Amino acid sequence: MIITFDWLKDHLKTNLKEKNLLEQLTNIGLEVESVESLSADNEMFKIAEIIRTEKHPNADRLKVCDVNIGENEIKKVVCGAENAKKGLLTIYAPPGAIIPKTKTKLLVAKIRGVTSYGMLCSESELNLSDESDGITELSKEFRKNIGKSYFSKSKSNLIDLSITPNRPDCLGVRGIARDLAASGFGKLIDLEEKNIHSKNKHTLKVKINKEKGQGCTAFGSCLITNVKNSESPKWLKDKLISIGQKPISAIVDITNYVMLDINRPLHAYDADKIEKGIIVRNSKSGEEFTALDNKNYKLENGMCVITDNKGVLGLGGIIGGTRSGTEFNTKNVLLESAYFEPGSIRNTAKKLNLDTDAKFRFERGIDPLSIVDGLNKAAKLIKEICGGEISKFDIQKIETYKAKKITFDPNIFEKISGFKISLKEIIKILEDLGFEVKKNKKRLKLAVPSWRPDISQEVDIVEELVRISGYEKIKYIEPTKQRKKSTLNKLQKLFHFLQRSVASKGYMEAITWSFTDKRFNDYFRDTKKEIKIINPISSELGVLRNSIFSNLIMHINKNLDRGFKDLSIFEIGPIFNGSDPGEQNTVVCGLTAGKKSRLSWIEKERNVDVFDVKRDVVQTLVEAGYDSEKFFIDNETPNYYHPGKSGRLFLNNEKNQIAAYFGEIHPNILKQIDMKTESLVGFEIFMENLKLPEKTLKDLKIKFSFSDYQKSERDFAFIVNKDVKAQDLINTISSVDKSLVKNVKVFDIYEGENIPKSHKSIAINVTIQSSERTLNDDDLEKINNLIIQTVENKTGAKIRS
Amino acid sequence: MSDLKKIKDEFLSKLSGKLDIAEINQIKSDLFGKSGLISTQFKKIGTIEESERKKFASDLNIIKGELQDLISSKINELESAEINKKLEKEKIDITLPERSFVQGKIHPVSQTIDEISSIFSEIGFSIEEGPDVENEYNNFTALNTPENHPARDMHDTFYLDEKKQKLLRTHTSPVQIRTMLKDKPPFKIIAPGRTYRSDSDQTHSPMFHQVEGLHIDKSINMGHLKGCLNYFIKEFFEVDKIKMRFRPSHFPFTEPSAEVDIGYEIKDGKIMIGEGNKWLEILGCGMVHPNVLKNVKVDPSKFQGYAFGIGIDRLAMLKYGINDLRAFFDCDYRWLNHFGFDPLDVPTNYRGLSR
Repeated sequence: MIITFDWLKDHLKTNLKEKNLLEQLTNIGLEVESVESLSADNEMFKIAEIIRTEKHPNADRLKVCDVNIGENEIKKVVCGAENAKKGLLTIYAPPGAIIPKTKTKLLVAKIRGVTSYGMLCSESELNLSDESDGITELSKEFRKNIGKSYFSKSKSNLIDLSITPNRPDCLGVRGIARDLAASGFGKLIDLEEKNIHSKNKHTLKVKINKEKGQGCTAFGSCLITNVKNSESPKWLKDKLISIGQKPISAIVDITNYVMLDINRPLHAYDADKIEKGIIVRNSKSGEEFTALDNKNYKLENGMCVITDNKGVLGLGGIIGGTRSGTEFNTKNVLLESAYFEPGSIRNTAKKLNLDTDAKFRFERGIDPLSIVDGLNKAAKLIKEICGGEISKFDIQKIETYKAKKITFDPNIFEKISGFKISLKEIIKILEDLGFEVKKNKKRLKLAVPSWRPDISQEVDIVEELVRISGYEKIKYIEPTKQRKKSTLNKLQKLFHFLQRSVASKGYMEAITWSFTDKRFNDYFRDTKKEIKIINPISSELGVLRNSIFSNLIMHINKNLDRGFKDLSIFEIGPIFNGSDPGEQNTVVCGLTAGKKSRLSWIEKERNVDVFDVKRDVVQTLVEAGYDSEKFFIDNETPNYYHPGKSGRLFLNNEKNQIAAYFGEIHPNILKQIDMKTESLVGFEIFMENLKLPEKTLKDLKIKFSFSDYQKSERDFAFIVNKDVKAQDLINTISSVDKSLVKNVKVFDIYEGENIPKSHKSIAINVTIQSSERTLNDDDLEKINNLIIQTVENKTGAKIRS
Repeated sequence: MSDLKKIKDEFLSKLSGKLDIAEINQIKSDLFGKSGLISTQFKKIGTIEESERKKFASDLNIIKGELQDLISSKINELESAEINKKLEKEKIDITLPERSFVQGKIHPVSQTIDEISSIFSEIGFSIEEGPDVENEYNNFTALNTPENHPARDMHDTFYLDEKKQKLLRTHTSPVQIRTMLKDKPPFKIIAPGRTYRSDSDQTHSPMFHQVEGLHIDKSINMGHLKGCLNYFIKEFFEVDKIKMRFRPSHFPFTEPSAEVDIGYEIKDGKIMIGEGNKWLEILGCGMVHPNVLKNVKVDPSKFQGYAFGIGIDRLAMLKYGINDLRAFFDCDYRWLNHFGFDPLDVPTNYRGLSR
């Protein structure tokens, strides 16, 4: 909502300065978003006429215009607008002018070799509207003002307020003045106007159909006959221009002015274009009309339309139609001042994707008692400016407005705000805001003003009182440093731990969007369901991610393009399994590309491989408190991993829930996304699948035992079939005698000479130690034999002699 | 001259010469070996007359000690000379690079979440979470934002179904609803997390982070809200004093509602938080609307309290001088490395939030 201090002064008597005003507006909740000075610069924008155009010699879409800027001065201006043509009245900005929209200073410039002295402006460039197609077109009435400044001298700055959706009353200057006055900033000027008492008959019949979902509950109107529509008088034009609106014609300007002044949207029809009477009804599916924005709208069932015998005239409270619009030659005007239900307005506007000033106001709630005020104010002005006779007012309604009543306990104020104000002050604030206040023992009986649809219960009254008294009166109560519940639960602690644990292994933490490109998602979707976003920002962000890999691989690729070769990134965050709340999992996902020890003088460089990520996964889990000796690993992994070089990890051999996958990313994916790296390996740890440790560190630390008896180490080499897994061998040896076998290490794998082709040799180092005594040679011999026997029996291995 | 003295003099003179380790060892065995000169003398002790035996034994021991000491010091000397000689050959260019290492980093948003959690932990808040996909009820209706409420326009919502029943949460406020439905008052929680709005330009990202705060008890009023936020902002920016402004605003789920600005100024191109005469909006808050409490079966005549929502990315930008919101999610390795934090830098109360 844009206002000026000058306009505000129509309603508010004050000697205070604009600086104080800006502060006070923000203090009472009418946030000042920006203040734009309409300085002398704006006087540079002149009314001008194009007297000749010719094609630009070097550009097809540009024209060179001769522009009459008054006092016999002709300027050559290069212009790209399609509507630039001989005879057009428009607005000219000379070099040196600052274009309001872009805030850039205009300079004499050569455009494709032709010098342009200034510029012809579009409405959007002047902040007059959003219209950026073509340059501003002024009506022929402006001809006599060629050379004069389009903007009048204005002392007042444009103050842009961000009005919250609960305050429709402040979408009119008067509402803002009322709030300011209540807060002690000036005095509200009484503008009680005499109602028009006319004897002229209202000859157009108006009817509101009583039907289900009727969006219009009251329709007031009057006829103004024999008017002469014209350009608005200077004061009115200046007023509209002062807040950046473009004057059109007196009748339209007056309805706009009343709307901005007292937040009462009106609509003016050319009464001669209405066939018989007006019927306000629900639309039928398939009905069509052309609105004042020159667009054709196809309506659905149940939209509130203003119609006549021939069909739809307009969408009630949203936009009028071209068929019944007023023009300069309009003789008889039907002025509408109605009440439309916010919900109905919103539904219709949303379905048709329409946004207008009237819609914005009606959907927030217009004062239902302002119907007559609006007719009064506008009809008088029309008569004053355009002449004509005003008819009797006709008010049709299907509902009668009743003021909302609230019983307010003044004690609630302190209970919520934490500070005190006197009852006297409470009453004064409420009365200044327009409430009717009656004392009833210890309570206040309040009637809510009709322009405040946002107020319906006691707490709303508290807000009004705190707001007007000033939020600075709220005390600071220091928080108490007391904790009754632990800050993080076990899962949150685990999240925190995994995050920092993975980062400590050389991975950069990334945060990427939860949505992704369908193409990338498909690479890593495996068997998961695709979850589409109905209204994505762009098609590349059209689905929720089924895996974090989709985003990470995309970003790894971008970083490779930036010239990085060895990269490790990870993200801990959600992946989605379905479109219902909760169908998501937290995954720690990491990717590593390139080499280890690239260009090292001391270490041999090598590609990153699956055992790098296996270490990262295992170490992370071990650090998080899981026992790696219990881990069970197999090679059943999703299709985006290299089928031979990837693994699936369970916390134990019950294989309940998958703790992690790790491995090389499938080479096909790298090929398809054209990724250039020596090697790409990754992992996924599924946080919710990690069983939370039951024992706390406290429990675990208490027990500490070790053996000081002599250790002995033995090496074994077994020849086994190639598909025998090291894990099986290790487990077999470990379980031979848990009290003696302390450690089992694979230290060599050999295939080749002296070993049958289908076999391999696995060399294993076993540490044997008793916690009860020193083992003698016999004991060791026994356990060695047992190990060999067990391994040979269980795995078909042969000890290599 | 006694035998002992003879032996002593002879060997002292032998040991004073330049000897190598083998020669010394030979001397050692000549003296102390099984039939070495000294060992032989010891065997003689029993045959000596009783009157002289004591003196003989004592003299023998002294000589033994003297010679032994000399031998071991000679050996030490030789050994250390040998080590020194070896070290001479082992000089390397120590300025050559160390073995390579890689450094991981924690994303500034994660770090900021941990900082926020640490501050609120001190004053008794615990952390709650909720799903990214929400239903329409939790995200809007339960929060006193029924359909057709214009406030919904401020949330450009991503929907997952045509009926617009499932969506990506537009704020962390639905966690309030979930928490209150799940437990019984009092409530004192914060809920950090991802939030989504279909808005994308220089200053908006379709995904961003918020932290929700909720404190409901029997007599929590706006003074507690103001005190809590003032405490938080001071702690977060690690300053002693903060210029803070509460001003009225509107959110459907709080009444009264407020927005909070903090004072700042630009000094030498750097933003200084807490001073100056410019205002920067950093959060929205208010007293939880009785309608919201009713929706979650909490009796508004018995319980009341406040809620707030803060943009985490914005806080991180202010604190760490990050200009571009979009860069947070761009994964540029250089950016991550520059703005990221060492994983060991865990924000805690006792060692401070940041270094």
